This record gives sequence, structure tokens and C-alpha cells, in this order.
Amino acid sequence: MSQISDADEELIARFQRAAFAYFLEHVNPSNGLVADTSRANAPASIAVVGFALSCYPVAVMRGWMARTQAVERTLTTLRFFRQSEQSAAAEATGYKGFYYHFLDMQSGRRVWDCELSLIDSTFLLAGMLTASMFFTDDDPREREIRKLADALYRRVDWRWAQGGATTVRQGWKADSGFLHYGWEGYSEASLLYVLGLASPTHPLSPKGYDAWTATYQWENIYDFEYLYAGPLFIHQYSHAWIDFDGIRDKFMREKHSDYFQNTCRAIQIQREYARRNPNEFRGYTADCWGISANEGPGPKREVLDSVERRFFGYVARGVPFGPDDGTLAPGVMLGSIAFAPDIVLSTLRVLCERYPQLTQQARLPGGFNPTFPDNGPQGWVADGFYGLDQGLIVVMIENFRSRLIWQLLRRCRYIAQGLRRAGFRGGWLGQRA
Amino acid sequence: MRPPDWRNPQPSGIYDLVILGAGPAGLLAARGAATLGRKVALIERNLLGGNCLSTGCVPSKALIRTSRLYARMREAESLGVGQADTEQADAAAAMLRIRRLQARLSRADSAIQLRERGVDLYFGTGAFIGPSRLKVDDEAVLTFRKALVATGAQPLRPQIPGLEEAGYRTNETIFNLEATPARLLVIGGGPLGCELAQAFCRLGSQVTIAQDEPMFLPGEERDAAQILAESMASDGVQTHLNTKVVGVRTEGKQKIVSLLSEDNKMTVQADEILAGIGRVPNVEGMGLEAAQVKYDTASGIRVNDFLQTTNPRIYAAGDVCLERKFTHMADATARMVLHNAFLRGRYRLSALTVPWCTYTDPEIAHVGLYVREAREQSIPVKTFTILMHDVDRAVTDGDEAGFLKIHLRDGTDKILGATIVARRAGEMINELSLAITAGIGLRKLGRVVHAYPTQSLAIKMAADAYHRHRLSKSGR
Repeated sequence: MSQISDADEELIARFQRAAFAYFLEHVNPSNGLVADTSRANAPASIAVVGFALSCYPVAVMRGWMARTQAVERTLTTLRFFRQSEQSAAAEATGYKGFYYHFLDMQSGRRVWDCELSLIDSTFLLAGMLTASMFFTDDDPREREIRKLADALYRRVDWRWAQGGATTVRQGWKADSGFLHYGWEGYSEASLLYVLGLASPTHPLSPKGYDAWTATYQWENIYDFEYLYAGPLFIHQYSHAWIDFDGIRDKFMREKHSDYFQNTCRAIQIQREYARRNPNEFRGYTADCWGISANEGPGPKREVLDSVERRFFGYVARGVPFGPDDGTLAPGVMLGSIAFAPDIVLSTLRVLCERYPQLTQQARLPGGFNPTFPDNGPQGWVADGFYGLDQGLIVVMIENFRSRLIWQLLRRCRYIAQGLRRAGFRGGWLGQRA
Repeated sequence: MRPPDWRNPQPSGIYDLVILGAGPAGLLAARGAATLGRKVALIERNLLGGNCLSTGCVPSKALIRTSRLYARMREAESLGVGQADTEQADAAAAMLRIRRLQARLSRADSAIQLRERGVDLYFGTGAFIGPSRLKVDDEAVLTFRKALVATGAQPLRPQIPGLEEAGYRTNETIFNLEATPARLLVIGGGPLGCELAQAFCRLGSQVTIAQDEPMFLPGEERDAAQILAESMASDGVQTHLNTKVVGVRTEGKQKIVSLLSEDNKMTVQADEILAGIGRVPNVEGMGLEAAQVKYDTASGIRVNDFLQTTNPRIYAAGDVCLERKFTHMADATARMVLHNAFLRGRYRLSALTVPWCTYTDPEIAHVGLYVREAREQSIPVKTFTILMHDVDRAVTDGDEAGFLKIHLRDGTDKILGATIVARRAGEMINELSLAITAGIGLRKLGRVVHAYPTQSLAIKMAADAYHRHRLSKSGR
């Protein structure tokens, strides 16, 4: 861990602990499902469950949860997914080894007419693999965790998810088939390709990763060079599990960089954008940044200081091309700590000082917008908390403090295999870059 | 226009060049061949000037100009001017202005002037009757040494149940409106659909646009398309991406349009429907088989890199044979044909550097390769990006939305391509087109003094960024 002061260590420990508490407060202990948000009647999000499974080892290591309790919670979760319905039926839990994005907290069945989500299934599977790498005691229950995680990973039909195309589709619905959102360029899908390529049963075709990276854009923006992606979360989610520091695929070898360094630069660009603040939003400074996919105060139009402002609801906000309506994502900002600890700690201190109402409980909301007038300097604040934010905070603070999740997944043969098949070499993978 | 008392000439002898179609390519080739002293015939079955003047760029850009003014008036307060009265757009006046401008611009190529230049102009339908002969209606038979097919393209007609019966407009009929429709549904999110959706919205129509792809302007840079989507939504256009129009029916005077997005169904009411899903080449009914000219109804006349058809004495130019159907491409390919047919030129289509622009607000202009095209060819790319919010003139003009991206072959200053999203991107792209055509690298562009303050200074700023990058690398 980088050297930080005791006060800072205490500060991040407080936020990490508060974030973890989300998973205790919003879980259904009978099936392990965790709510998408803290709002009443929120459904479960499979990605949040993936983060939960990754957080239990952290909680065990930090002494917030007994190992037996973590084993129990993990087993309950894995058993639920193993026993849940996998079919093309409208209310099944999943299909072809993937799962629907949102599930009913009680029954575990599909809700909201949502899509079978490939990327969210990926985060869920990453959580399962994390559990299998942590719970390695020679104990029947821990053996069952490992066996279930392996079986659930192996049954995923990644090849089917290509839908006959070279790259992976983004979702699927029984009525309309594969969904196409036009994702092009770098995204949070690195982990998806790594897990898909490594599958011993139904792997992605090897050309898929090359076809995907062919859409990458290497840009010089504000004098920083990086692999562009607008929303900050894109630069973090796969990194929650994979330690990309020092390992390089063909693209990064060509650019003499790596994805870890790339996220560091993305943070610098976020910071520089906030410093320049072209749209003159309140609160944006070099020490207050973090623009990502999150909820906002809209959709609304307001004339503020003679300027008509358009505010969005939940959208993928991005830097530097937008969209941007002045909404900040503090959770994703704090999730950057493993990449740029000094910058993030300085920003966290500014947040605490400038917006005490926002930070007094040490649990960060899904978004706030100081430009949108409301009660206090923080302006509009998202209602409740998002599980994804809390999961990212727990895992990335832990990666910063002890590298726990990174170390666990480094030892996962599927991760290493997938990385190698994607063309990664060097660093901890043990081959020359 | 065809003058009311016009009489077609009587053909005599062999023509050096017979041209089918008096659009931009045909007119340019006719004037050029006449200037070269060649005996030339030009055949047009409708109006001189082609789509561009009658139903394309000229009327649409005139309408866009008016709509932009309305949009600016709505921003008046943010520019330090009192609130302007923008409640009522005078759409009838805007339409009248279009017709006045068309009349003015058509004067440059009147039938009389062409005749005075020595062009034999025939009004009528031309059709080949052999490899070197062609007839005009049933009145005249023309024999030629060389021929040029420049018959352009027409709107692609959507196959949607109920649409024909309900009635719809294309770019050929939308400008006949005398007032803006209260509710307009636009089918297709390509350049035409986006330009006119935004323009009509700004003129007061309630506009819905349905695009069956996940982004507007498919093939364009993702960030450019996203900024456009954001801009249209900001104007008030109801945008539906990944959405198909699956049926239309009428209820009284209104059209009820059924949309399908994934498995979600919805309906939209409209007073008018505009279809802008693309254009197909005009290849039928002109005896191409008799002339041994091969073609495809979707992609048009097959040409080689020198624009010769499968009958080497017959050339094609413009929309009838090109994937990218732009007026400036019609112009460029007509020039190539003149050189290759009469001046022993060996100009190649593949060697052309072609810029283009979608005239939305902001405009989206591109030249050269896209990053994905370069990477598919295993060319390493580095992009230098300047945000318009960092360009002083864009800030003072309130034109901060957008960017300039210049794509270089990584490790060199060779410009592979560029995309500009800016209010005047169409004007700015030409400098980069010149640079690519003349082989001028970004390093040399940095030595060009640009007037301050201009929005084109963004190009100089990209060159400066490149220079700083080089210095920082050499300093390591």
C-alpha cells in the first residue's frame, strides 16, 4: 500500500466499512440476493451480488464478518443461482448460464422486463470466482463453494453470446433476441472477454477480442494520452478484479502503456476537465470531479442565471464529450483510490469539508449535483444508495490497502488463461511483454 | 427549368460526348466538354440542376439557415440580449425564401446559357439502343464516341405496411410544404433525417425521429453521433434509437405510426411523415443492357477505378455509381471523367480525398480514414483531440459543443483522417482535406499562421499539442 497518513487511513477505513454495511442491510439472507439500491422495493441486481461475493472476503479479513458467516452467505448465494431456473421462459432467472439484470428479491425471478445481461453476469461470475479463490479451506462447505462457483462458470455459453457475430452482444431478450446498443470502443467489458476466452466449455472465439480492440481510440486530450472512454466507471469495473498493472495486450504494447496506467490518465483527464469546467457547473474543481454513469436530477429543464440547463436522469455521463449536467458520482471517484491515492484522498477531504451533509454517514450517494438548486451546497442528492457504488468502494479501497482481490484473482486459472488468450503478457503473468 | 418554347436540337453527326442527366455531374461535364471544343449533347428528362438544387442541398440548407436563426433567438438571453419573440416561426416565409433562392441559383445553368456555350440540350427521356447509340424519347437518335451516365439517385422507399396508403414525404416533396406540420415523424437517422428533424423542430414542429440503429449517422464517430443525439434532444426532438417503424394507419387526417423497440411497442401521432432512409441509384429504363453496361439496382452502375463502365466508352459519375452520394463527389467524378476521356488522364477514384458534412447543429464533418478503418488495415493510430470549449472563438460565439479529432499514423505526423463536430465544421474540414490531398503533415500545419480568433484555430491547437507531445517524448 502507498504510504498515507494515519488520519487518511482512518478516513478511508470509515468509508470502506460504511460501504460494506450496505451488503448486510440490503441482502435477502435466504437467497443471498442483494438490492440494486437502498430504496424500498428495489429488486436485486446480479452485478451487485457479484460485488457482494467479492466483499465478504474483505469483511472476513477486516474482521467485520466471521468466516463461518461469510461462508454461509456465499453458499446460500451460489446455491440459489445453481438451483434457479435457466430457460427462455419470461420470468426465468437466467438462460445459457447468464442471468437477467434485475431479479425479484424474494423469488429470484426476472423483473422489469429486463434484459439477460452479459456484462452484469460477468460481474456476478467474477464475484463467484473471487469466493472460490478465498474460501480454500479443506472444509466441506468451502469445498462446496469452490465446486459450485466452478460449475456455474463452466455452464456459461459464451459462444452463444456472440450471436453469430465476431464480438459479444450486449444483451438478450426472449422476444426480440440479441440487443445491440452500439457499444464501440473501450468499455468495462475487458473482464467479460477474459472470462469468455478462458471458458473450458463454451469459449468465445479468439478473434472476438481483436475485433473489439480494433474499435479502440487512443487519444491525446488535454496533453494526456490514453485509451478513451467517457464515463469514469468504464476505467474501473474490470479493474476491481483484475490487476492490470504491468500486463499488456497487443494494443497496449503498441502504445507502451497498460490498462492500469490508462485509468490513472483517465482520472487526470477527469480532474482537468473539472478544473476547466467548460459548462460552468457549480462545485467542479480539480479537487472535485468524478463524472460517470449515474442518476441525476432530471429529466428536467431549468433556467438558472439566464442559462437554460438540461438535467438528465440515469445516463452515462462522460468526459470530455459529455453528456454532462453537473452531476458528480462520488462513489466512482472514491473507487479510483487504487490508481491515484493522493488525488482521491485530497478530493475525499474536500468532499467532507465542502459537503458535510453528503459525507457525514461515510456512505456516498449515487450522485449529487450542486448546480441543481436544493437544500444545501451539495444541491440535488440521489435518493438512497447504489449497491454498485458501495461494492466498488469496498473492493477498490481493499485493493489499495492490501491488494486482496487482485491477489486472489491473480491465482485464478481462468483469469490468467483468459488474459493470455487475449494476448496479455508480462508483469505478473510471467511472460515477457 | 425547361423554357416553355424550348425546341430540342436536331442531331447531326457523331457526338464526342453524350451525357444522360443534367444534375451537378452532367452539367459540369457538359460545360467542360464544350470548353474543350468537343461536340456534346446533354439529355435531361426533368429539371436542370438535379436533386441538389431542386430537392437536396439547396432547399435543405436554406431551411436550416432559418431554423438556426430561430434557435439562436431562443438563446438570446444567454448571449446578453433580451428575450426575443420566438413563439411563432413564419414557416411560410421560410418556404418562400427557399423557392426564391432556388430560382436565383438556377440562373447559373439555364437552358439558354448551355445552348450558347455550344451544348446540345435535349429535354426528354434518353435510353441506350446500342453500345454507341442512344435515343431521346422517340424523336431523335444520337450516336456517340463517348457517353457519360449521370442520372443521379432517388429516395429509397420504405417497405412499411400502411405507409403508402397513409402518404409520406421524401426530400423530393418535403419542400413543397407551405407551412411546417404541427407533428412530424421522421423515419431514418441518417444525414437527411437528422438535418430535417432538427430544422423542423426548431421551426416549431413537434418532431419524432425513429432510427433502427443504436446511433444516429451510422458509420460516423460514436462521440460525434452522441453529441448530435444530445443536441437534437436538447432542441426538443423526440428521439427513438434502435426503433423500427412497423406500421402506419390513418385516423381522420392524422397518421398513427406504430414503433417497435426491442419488444416495446408504442404509437406516435403525426400530421406528416418524412422518410429519409437512403437513396438508390437511377439505373432503370435507360437501356443500360443494350449499351452493355452492368449495374445493380442497389449499388448502381459498376465502374472501374477510372470511372469506366463495363462498356469502356461509357463512363458514369455521381450518385448513379458512387456509394457516397454527395454533390461534391458528382463534381469531382465528372472532372475525372473529362480528364480520363478526353485528356488522356489516368485519374483514379480510389485516390480521391473526400470530405463530407452533415449540416445539423453542430455540424459533423469528416475526411479520410476513421480510426476503426485504419486499425482494420493494421495501421497504428494516434488521435489529437481539441475540445471546442478550449477554442476562444467558439467560446465567444457560444459554440462550445463539439471537438476536432485529427487521426495520425502513430509515430508520424501523417494525417490519416479527421472528424470535426462544430457549428461550422463543414467550413473547417476543408483545411484538413487540403492537407491530406497535398501530403501536408500535422507538423507542417502547425507552422501555418492561423488568424486569431477563429474556430479553425482548433487545427493549429491540435498541431501544437502534437508538437508538445514530440518535445515531451524527445525530452524523456
